Amino acid sequence: MTELRYLAPDTLDEAVGAFAKAGSAARILAGGTDLLVQMRSGVLKPGVIVDIKKIPELTAIEQTTDGGFRIGAAVSGMALAEHETFGKVWPGVLEAVNLIGSKQVQGRASAGGNLCNGSPAGDSVPAMVAAGAIVTVQGQDGRREMKVEDVPAGPGRTNLKPGEILVSFTLPPRPPGSSDAYLRMIPRTEMDIAVVGCGVSLTMKDGVVTSARVGLGAVAPTVLLVEDAAKALIGSRLDDAALAKAASACSAACRPIDDKRGTIAYRTKVAGVLLKRTAAIAAQRAQGK
Amino acid sequence: MAKVHVTTTINGEPMEFLCEPNDTMLDALRGPLGLTGSKEGCASGDCGACSITIDDRLVCSCLMLAVESEGHEIRTIEGLAQGERLHPLQQKFLEMAALQCGICTSGMLVASDALLKKHPDPSEEEVRFWLAGNLCRCTGYDKIVRAVMETAAEMRAQ
Repeated sequence: MTELRYLAPDTLDEAVGAFAKAGSAARILAGGTDLLVQMRSGVLKPGVIVDIKKIPELTAIEQTTDGGFRIGAAVSGMALAEHETFGKVWPGVLEAVNLIGSKQVQGRASAGGNLCNGSPAGDSVPAMVAAGAIVTVQGQDGRREMKVEDVPAGPGRTNLKPGEILVSFTLPPRPPGSSDAYLRMIPRTEMDIAVVGCGVSLTMKDGVVTSARVGLGAVAPTVLLVEDAAKALIGSRLDDAALAKAASACSAACRPIDDKRGTIAYRTKVAGVLLKRTAAIAAQRAQGK
Repeated sequence: MAKVHVTTTINGEPMEFLCEPNDTMLDALRGPLGLTGSKEGCASGDCGACSITIDDRLVCSCLMLAVESEGHEIRTIEGLAQGERLHPLQQKFLEMAALQCGICTSGMLVASDALLKKHPDPSEEEVRFWLAGNLCRCTGYDKIVRAVMETAAEMRAQ
């Protein structure tokens, strides 16, 4: 058995240094709800674990000066749920994050881990994509920003460079008449992995959609931003024709696999159905109903 | 492998222990700390039998490294009763036969206690969702849910 070292630095610079130095033997520990299972089952045998929860920036929820939100990569789902205003502004992102596992898992698991885990079915990711979240990552060459949809590279892989650590998500300020929603299809009511996940963020004025973003999960090797679906919604009053067009765009974007949770045909159809349902909820919220 | 020295607080008392860096909190509780009330069911965060709180936050102790408890406040099932006096949840579980084999019971009690601290007046739906991460293969859950609801009502009346 290889020697495991546990490090819990207080600063991001120290964490980045330690993470880069240890190379491929290192793993980042945020909530640990995936990492510990992988270690236990023998899938992963890290030589170094860098616990990022002692770094204040990574566990903070802040309002930005322009009225957006910055969420540290290691903020737990429960901490996000307890925030006074976040769930009012971004109910869809919050409901997506709060679908990850049980209350016990919520106490630890983070949106940052959900993203970096690289699962096409991670619940928070389509909602973050719909929200237009920008992530900040830091490596030895400094900081950079990426669109959240550019982070996943394939199942279990990300486009973070070796040694880079996910620092935070930044969500933009919300114009009046904006809201979002996330729905996932699972065969049971709780504690399962998405067969399809759909996030929709809308801004509406006088019943007309002025801007929209759609994220789809579990239907391709990575979570997708479906721009054609958003285009079909923008300018519409979410009438049947617009919703049908957006639903078709979602189904057309699907490149799913057949597995025990759902067939290719099923996932493709459900992607369209979920788009309609999710858009309806987002619209209701956006119009304050 | 070099053991790590950890200083933490467990059920209100300062504690120190030695562990391997890859030991889970559950390993440490059931091993060097001798607190065997927390059970290992699945060891993958699915069953909730190892539920504890860290800084009042409900977690699975199998999904947390023992070294992560450094400087934090841990509460386990052993801290629920006040000496010989059972917690109202424990008393009610006994009265209403909300357990059979008992493996899930510590986790059910710790999770229910965390729920009632946060939501003293939960609906049945809230109780069922809150306990979705605690599996019981004996009772069919109804008796557990009823015992939690009944305890909540009594605690509110006091």
